[in-house]
Amino acid sequence: MELIELIETLNTAHGPSGDEGGVRAVMEHLAKPYADEMTADTLGNLIVRKKGSGPKVMFAAHMDSIGFIVTHIEKEGFLRVGRLGGVSPKEVIYTPVRFKNGLRGVVVPEEKADFGKLKLDECFLDIGARSEEEAKKLVRVGDTAVYDTAVFINGGGSQVFSPYLDNRISCAILLSVLERLPAHCPNDLYFVFTVQEEVGLRGSRTAAFGVDPDYGVAVDVTDVDDTPGSEKSGTTQLGKGAAIKVMDSSVICHPAVVAKLEELAREENIPVQRDILRAGGTDAGAIHITRSGVRTGGISVPCRYIHTPAEAVDLTDALACADLALAFAQAELEEC
Amino acid sequence: MLELVKELCALNGVSGAEEEVRDFIRAKAAPYADSIRTDALGNLIVYKKGKKPTGNKVLLAAHMDEVGVIVTKITDEGFLKFDFVGGVDRRVAIGKPVVLGEKKVPGIIGLKAIHLVSREEEKKVPKTDSLYIDIGAKDKEAAEQLVELGTYGAFVGTPEEFGTGLLKAKAIDDRVGCAVMLELLKEDLPLDVTFAFTAQEEVGTRGAFGAAFSVTPEVALVLETTTAADLPGVEDHRKVCAPGKGPVISYMDGGTIYDRELFETLRDLAEDNHIPWQTKEYIAGGNDARTIQRSKKGIRVAAMSAAVRYLHAPASVGSTADFADMLRLTRLFLDRMAESC
Repeated sequence: MELIELIETLNTAHGPSGDEGGVRAVMEHLAKPYADEMTADTLGNLIVRKKGSGPKVMFAAHMDSIGFIVTHIEKEGFLRVGRLGGVSPKEVIYTPVRFKNGLRGVVVPEEKADFGKLKLDECFLDIGARSEEEAKKLVRVGDTAVYDTAVFINGGGSQVFSPYLDNRISCAILLSVLERLPAHCPNDLYFVFTVQEEVGLRGSRTAAFGVDPDYGVAVDVTDVDDTPGSEKSGTTQLGKGAAIKVMDSSVICHPAVVAKLEELAREENIPVQRDILRAGGTDAGAIHITRSGVRTGGISVPCRYIHTPAEAVDLTDALACADLALAFAQAELEEC
Repeated sequence: MLELVKELCALNGVSGAEEEVRDFIRAKAAPYADSIRTDALGNLIVYKKGKKPTGNKVLLAAHMDEVGVIVTKITDEGFLKFDFVGGVDRRVAIGKPVVLGEKKVPGIIGLKAIHLVSREEEKKVPKTDSLYIDIGAKDKEAAEQLVELGTYGAFVGTPEEFGTGLLKAKAIDDRVGCAVMLELLKEDLPLDVTFAFTAQEEVGTRGAFGAAFSVTPEVALVLETTTAADLPGVEDHRKVCAPGKGPVISYMDGGTIYDRELFETLRDLAEDNHIPWQTKEYIAGGNDARTIQRSKKGIRVAAMSAAVRYLHAPASVGSTADFADMLRLTRLFLDRMAESC
């Protein structure tokens, strides 16, 4: 399947942090033809194994998205919500949202709220219910909702706009790696689609303990510095290739993994750039300090407007990331 | 069980100095335990066999520690500078009595006299480093006879029932969870249960880390308290929960997204057995579940709490009916766990 089709498919699945059942079912279906073994662990991480005799390599891409969770139903039928992950109230007002059961609504700020300092508990969801009673027939406290915005790509271009490219783009990348792998691969590969990354790298921590890998590679989006007025908290640009992670606020990547990824990029003529992210972490943060430590790195997709209802990546970068992950999966790696 | 809650609340066990509470619980638990141990972090871990041999499958956890103060400096005049242990709202600490160390030296948290306070200062809550504890010592030397740097202090508060079925006490967080577990220990259990009375929850769920790692259960139920803001002037969606409306069963808080199936199991058990229940209608706070959940390969977690007003203050308020319902619902939960394995 083409990356864009995978993104569209994954975006119709429900999977905010802690409620990833929907997206996991889709991932299971898509990964099944290529898996030697497939399990879901206690927290809900989907672990897809492709057996090999070499070192154990764990690729991780989180399948959860940020979103909302209903905390309170008002007498007038409006919903109060809490945040699942890094939702910024200012960035989401008047955004359409969707519940697992298909119910839709819009995020609205209270009229008296100060927009400059807007807090999520000064916002509510309007689902068109006329009373508490009517609302309670549609939702319960604890139900979750996600952005319900469009996926599009302009004709002839390669830049895709979509909610939840963080991190469905990386799920799509790893699926395409699975699809392209030869029947026999030297390394023992674990493709882990993790849960609860957006609320604090929670799923990858237990997944990594269970897999006990020799090498870890987190595939995730990263911030860019190529937009007008950028605060330069990222170092990457759209369209300049796969980003090899050097560090972010959760991890300093193992130099051997960084070097190997750069060497593979040179050999295979894959366009790459370096990723140093000052604000934000990835599953690499949890993986590298598992048990007695794991040699860990990251492959990042440069992404604009992360965590907003309209994120943007360049598909040529995503393809470069897939090429690089495919090369690492088959690379001869030092035994640990 | 109410008497037991009161006895437990009257004990002092600030995070890192839980001995008094641990000794009391150990003595109460020992006659019913199949094994009992204190681990390196100070957790008390009690194992009791039940009808069905399920080994380490189910863990119940409640923390023994409470918030308090710790002495950081003794001034030349014999006053004590201190820091808070755990999350204490400075606004509630000022002017309150404390007792320090094993000798229970009495002291008062004091601050600058009102006639010395500037207009600007009046508008702000004084910083912790401008507060001090007065233990009545005439100078540094006299103070040093009574306390040393690192001496812990606990709030003072006699547990009292008042109003419509309410209890006022310090440290209801989380002696009520400890009381529920001690009551269950006395009973014939439907399956094997490990009871972890944890240390250092208030400083970052630290004890639970060691407890969960060594026990490695499949399922853990954390018995806790949670902050209630059902107060005048608070909008409904910020009230979180309210004492008297039943045990709080959580789907999510600031530290954990709970196992959905266990949340629903507890909710359905409450509804089927006509036990009142509520959930947290605001995302805030956290407890030992956050650490237990992420131990090793992952553990399924649930939490049941008593709704408590003024949670970390010298006088917190909970509903005695909620405490009793927590015990009933936990009992039903264990029955359900036994049926399902």
